[in-house]
Amino acid sequence: MPVPESILRFEQVVVTYDGVDVLDNVTFTLTAGETRVILGAAGAGKTVLMKTALGLIHPDQGKVSLFNQEITGLREQELFAIRAQVGMLFQESALFDSMTIAENVAYPLFNQAGSQVSREDALARVESILKDVELEHTLDKFPSELSGGMRRRVGIARANVTNPKLVFYDSPTAGLDPITANNIMSLVIKQRDQRNTTTVIVSHRLQDGAMMANYRFNSKTGKIERQVHTAELDQRTKFMVMQKGRIVFEGTEDELHASRDPYVGKFVLQAKSA
Amino acid sequence: MFQFLKAPVATLQDFCLLAAKALANIFRAPHYWDDVLAQMDRIGVGSLPIVMLTGGFSGAVMALQMSKALDTYGASSQVGQIVSITLVAQLGPVLTSLLVAGRNASGIASELGSMKVTEQIDAMRALGTDPVQKLVTPRMLAMTIMLPFLTVVADFVGMVGGWLVALGLIGTTTAMYWTGVYEILEYEDVLQGLIKPLFNGFVISLVGCYYGITTTGGTQGVGRSTTQAVVVSSVWVFVINLFLTQIFVNL
Ligand SMILES: Nc1ncnc2c1ncn2[C@@H]1O[C@H](COP(=O)(O)OP(=O)(O)O)[C@@H](O)[C@H]1O
Ligand SMILES: [Mg+2]
Repeated sequence: MPVPESILRFEQVVVTYDGVDVLDNVTFTLTAGETRVILGAAGAGKTVLMKTALGLIHPDQGKVSLFNQEITGLREQELFAIRAQVGMLFQESALFDSMTIAENVAYPLFNQAGSQVSREDALARVESILKDVELEHTLDKFPSELSGGMRRRVGIARANVTNPKLVFYDSPTAGLDPITANNIMSLVIKQRDQRNTTTVIVSHRLQDGAMMANYRFNSKTGKIERQVHTAELDQRTKFMVMQKGRIVFEGTEDELHASRDPYVGKFVLQAKSA
Repeated sequence: MFQFLKAPVATLQDFCLLAAKALANIFRAPHYWDDVLAQMDRIGVGSLPIVMLTGGFSGAVMALQMSKALDTYGASSQVGQIVSITLVAQLGPVLTSLLVAGRNASGIASELGSMKVTEQIDAMRALGTDPVQKLVTPRMLAMTIMLPFLTVVADFVGMVGGWLVALGLIGTTTAMYWTGVYEILEYEDVLQGLIKPLFNGFVISLVGCYYGITTTGGTQGVGRSTTQAVVVSSVWVFVINLFLTQIFVNL
């Protein structure tokens, strides 16, 4: 069996704000095609970890490599070429207020390094991906006219419009009602399975992780479907639990449920009661 | 010792770094000319009414106040001279810059500040654009170009205000007033009156941008940045005015 390609690697990464280690010696490797679920309470450092992975935050110590290229120490202009292969949904969507939905989704097509798209191709692509997230009727609306859930969907479209190999989702379900949250999770899974992207998702809800691990998009029915939880399926999704900047657990869903760590236990318990 | 200086010096250093980057970006692709034009419209055209109003009233009030003093020397015919030299060299640039600082440094800081706290600036970087290139440079260019224009407008409307008062209340003739206006102005005064807003525009826009993109702490932080941007840029207007006046006085 060939060794899977390393997509993202953190080596003893430390990020410090005002004397506090917001990321404390974080080490992990993400391989191609893998799904990674990052769980943790508010303030655990999940967002900082994602931004560090994209080179938006420069670590104080340690090394970060994206697609086997070390990005620590690269200049912003050099980072653009690497970031062009990564999509990201920010926590509150971070859509540009001053632009329409179509302009927001088209933004990476026109601005990302090395992207050469004609106006017509861009519009076609924007229309098709907005259709994917069921928002084809909002092209000329502004973000302020949409609900929180709709903005997340636009964010998902913007993160995937360039067909990136790796996509980050920062708390896509935070602050949403359960029905909208499930809808968002289906769209995330659909985007992942249509193009087999390596996916990193941050959440404070264990059930989001369980969905990522156990559901697959079926292109024939156009729906996501629950799979039988085999050992092989279990291996495809890795969970990571963060507490105060440290990774306190890394493993599969089965291992997560078997974990004896008291903090991890709390997460599993809280999800079961919910 | 001098620990208390650490934070302000670091701020000044960051500010200068931002200014250098914004300037360097003028000579580097990509250029966002659409944004420059949009900002010129917002800063220049948008500020026009308030700048004209303030200019007009300043000229009128100055003429009124001066006419009384001039009258005691029997020199009320010279009101045109006084109004024009004061407006062009000092009051016009300072007043216009202060107005624009209040109106646009706050606008810029709150706009960029909201973008910062809602991660739009991070998103911009993630999606392949340099926020300094896309946000700071256009605002800097727009304001540096527009502020001298606004100042000229304020000066002119101020002179008209003074003229109306001179004509209606003091009883000088139109010819006398405008001849005075024209004769007193030297080349250096006009130059001074144009260079000051050039520098002010540069600094006001960058102060607004600086406080905007360094905003932290949510919506509360946006309010804080906005206030700081107005206060700091207003102080800079006075400091720049003092420096440049000193240079021109010794010319
Ligand atoms: N720019 C910053 N300046 C100072 N502290 C920060 C900054 N960004 C994040 N932090 C701190 O880092 C910690 C982790 O933040 P974050 O990664 O946003 O948490 P979460 O896991 O909820 O996404 C928090 O305590 C937060 O206050
Ligand atoms: Mg977060």
